[in-house]
Amino acid sequence: MAKLAAKKTTRRREHERKPAGKSVRPQAARSQMKLFEEAAPAPAPEMAARPVKQAKPAKVPKTATPPRRETAESLASRQREISVSEFFTKNRHLLGFDNPAKALLTAIKEAVDNSLDACEEAGILPSLEVTIREVSEERYRIMVSDNGPGIVKQQIPKIFGTLLYGSKFHVLKQSRGQQGIGISAAGMYSQLTTGKPVKIISRTSKGKPAHVYEIQIDTRKNAPEVITEGVVDWPHEHGTSVEMELQASYKKGRRSVDDYIAQTALANPHAEVVYTDPKGEEFRYPRLAQELPREPVAIKPHPYGVELGVLMKMMKETRSRNLRGALQADFSRVSGKVADEIAGAAGLRAEARPKSLTPGEVERLFKAIPTIKIMSPPTNCLSPIGDVMILEGLGKAVPGCDFYTAVTRTPAVYRGNPFQIEAGLAYGGPLPGDELTDLWRFANRVPLQYQQAACAITRSAILNDWKNYGLQQARGAVPTAPMVLFVHMASAWVPFTSESKEAIASYPEIVKEIRLALQECGRRLGAWLRHRRRVEDAEKKRSYIEKYIPHIGIALREILGFTAKEEVKVVETLKDTLERSRAI
Amino acid sequence: MKKEAAAARHTVDKIKRQAVDVHGKILKKQKPSLKFPLRSLSNVKYDPKHGYLEMRGRKKERTLTVSTVKTFAQTLRMMALSKELVEQDDIATKREAYYVSKNWEECRFLEQTESDTVMDDVEALFEVNREQLGFIPEEKGGEVAGKLFILDKDSDSGKTLRIDCTKFGSGAYSIPISVEHLKFETDAKFILAIETAGMFQRLVKHNYWKRANCVLVSMGGVPTRACRRFIRRLADFKKIPVFVFVDGDPYGISNIYRTLKVGSGNAAHLNEYFCVPQATFLGITPQDIVDYKLPTHPLKDVDIKRARDAIKNDPFFQHHKKWVAAMEHLLKMGVRAEQQALAKHGLNYVIDQYLPEKLAHPERFLP
Repeated sequence: MAKLAAKKTTRRREHERKPAGKSVRPQAARSQMKLFEEAAPAPAPEMAARPVKQAKPAKVPKTATPPRRETAESLASRQREISVSEFFTKNRHLLGFDNPAKALLTAIKEAVDNSLDACEEAGILPSLEVTIREVSEERYRIMVSDNGPGIVKQQIPKIFGTLLYGSKFHVLKQSRGQQGIGISAAGMYSQLTTGKPVKIISRTSKGKPAHVYEIQIDTRKNAPEVITEGVVDWPHEHGTSVEMELQASYKKGRRSVDDYIAQTALANPHAEVVYTDPKGEEFRYPRLAQELPREPVAIKPHPYGVELGVLMKMMKETRSRNLRGALQADFSRVSGKVADEIAGAAGLRAEARPKSLTPGEVERLFKAIPTIKIMSPPTNCLSPIGDVMILEGLGKAVPGCDFYTAVTRTPAVYRGNPFQIEAGLAYGGPLPGDELTDLWRFANRVPLQYQQAACAITRSAILNDWKNYGLQQARGAVPTAPMVLFVHMASAWVPFTSESKEAIASYPEIVKEIRLALQECGRRLGAWLRHRRRVEDAEKKRSYIEKYIPHIGIALREILGFTAKEEVKVVETLKDTLERSRAI
Repeated sequence: MKKEAAAARHTVDKIKRQAVDVHGKILKKQKPSLKFPLRSLSNVKYDPKHGYLEMRGRKKERTLTVSTVKTFAQTLRMMALSKELVEQDDIATKREAYYVSKNWEECRFLEQTESDTVMDDVEALFEVNREQLGFIPEEKGGEVAGKLFILDKDSDSGKTLRIDCTKFGSGAYSIPISVEHLKFETDAKFILAIETAGMFQRLVKHNYWKRANCVLVSMGGVPTRACRRFIRRLADFKKIPVFVFVDGDPYGISNIYRTLKVGSGNAAHLNEYFCVPQATFLGITPQDIVDYKLPTHPLKDVDIKRARDAIKNDPFFQHHKKWVAAMEHLLKMGVRAEQQALAKHGLNYVIDQYLPEKLAHPERFLP
């Protein structure tokens, strides 16, 4: 039995070492396969075979009509809907589960995101416990528990057993989670790799019981399957705990869970985190801020950011009876006057019924929007960390550095979405001077660990000329310096490059804001470095003068034979002359 | 003796004058400075009437600043050491001077090359010979064999010694570090200055000097100052020509022959004394490589650089069209030939054929 298990593990590992193909495979052709067993094989072998398949038709004589293998009817018999859960089962890399090390990090990250979001929404200062336990080789059990508001009994299975089930997708507001995929995807991965259900304990208040559920996902139906449910004794008054077992690997160093937890604590100074690693070592990150960050307000979309399809849908679904009212009610920063201007520019009547606009008319409306000057969206939907807290956090996360600084920019807008950039840096001290700068990226207080190269933050850091501030920088790289760079983007809608939320897309407005923030930090560092160099030079100058001037006195006395008193005078005069000179 | 004492006083005066200048500047709260002649080929010119590389007089000024304070202090301490040596009529080798500096605490030299450079600076600063400063080199002066009597003094009795350079058998007379006091008796017709000790040994063993009626001098690479001065004094004294026999490569031509004939770019203020303007180049010439079908080796990168440098920057070679042509010939062939390559035609081919043939036409020698 043990032998069999070991064999399985190695085979799986081989699969995962192969490059993760991003291509979505034809689903229909594989529909008859069994789900759990078949999801693991990597697409690599099939990809290798593809060129051969393409080569074949060329050899078929053109004159002969190839026999028809399928008819529309035979195809139709096998065409059916694909559930979202099935799709993601086979494309787990899209959600950040493409290798065992990343899977561990992603699962923890999704649980932590949910916990922090829940606490903040309920106005509770978060206290989190994160524990990783090694069950066997390549198999870990993770547990994340919080002191949040808890989840009402009926909702527990849906939240953890349904993909794309959540509260945040339809609201434009700064939060960590967006789509409602994360935690259920983690559960699905757990189920896929270990066959074990996800265990949830939740309690909403002191007087209520703590409910415990074991849940699996029926991937075909995208619906929860309750394995066990009951009530337990639970020490916490309110909160939620998620526990799951998954095939994973635990590593130290960059992109590790350890780093992720430390960076999470840094970006969430109002949270307290207790983390226990697989060796049983406990790390405590105490709460630095005793107040919750300003609660981000949900905003309506800004006209500049809307897409044609979305606009069409909004016109169909609006409750307003006329176009003016629809624009005014469903968008932010649109007054009656602005609505009239937009309608006028589109050649439409402001009194028109939105529901009866033709697609062509909506397109005209869409094209008219950018021609009208509309006030920037409100920024009270943003909740930056703040430069003071970043400074304090950096001091805790990278202690003993020689220089720290942090900048919070004023809010800006990309495609109608308000956002705000913050940057900070820690320099010198124990950091290695001959390595590339360590770049810590955050989006809405969540550390981004993977896909560094694809991220707007990395691009901006590379584009910036750090030589101006006295640092070394190779072409196309971040500076080589004993430095940690911190960049945070807060936005109601962070434009990630993929669903696994690892990199921020490079919108020009975002890149520009990041650069401005980095430049401000760089200027402060440069000024400090210049000052330090001046002090060092002055020190060196003084020591040179002290060391060598007496020898000039000795030599002159030996040659000219004057008195010891004269020698002292010569040495003192010369020291004075040199110390007053600026030249080094 | 009187003359020596006067020279010593002269040196001490020069050192003192410089020190007084520095001292005065310091008291006036000014930064003292030392003016050194620029020691490089770019600061020399060649006038065939004078016969040696002369300084153009460009100087570099070393002002005392925080960054020069160490070298400045070392230079002054080296001057003080020199004054002490001269006053006490003592000498120190370059290596000994380096060890003396070990008493100078932070001012000490870490490597002898550092102290040698400072010593060369001081020498150039006062435009004197380092022997006049009390410093002597360790290097060997060169060896002599042939029809020559050298008149020297016994250091104990002061009696004149008459040294017969024919009586060293298979050995030879060693040129001392100082040659100013030597006198000569000879009826030799010319001096043959040879690059390698190997070739010198062959000519001595077969008593070539007897057959050709000449004085043989082994330079052992680039001739030392003593060796250059010895050949110069002997040639001047007896009004006899000097023929130079070195390897046919840029090092033999540019470093050995050029330095012997017109001096060096590094200590140009001394070239007037340490040169042999009457020297001419017997061989191995680039044309010899062709004429005698000598076995060769390809020119190394340093050889090529040296040859190009000679054509481009060396005022001596630039003055002589024949030399520029010869260097270009060598570069075009891309090869070099050693003196001992003549052994290809028989070990004594050099004695029986090569030298007699060449010496029959001294007018064909390169300038």
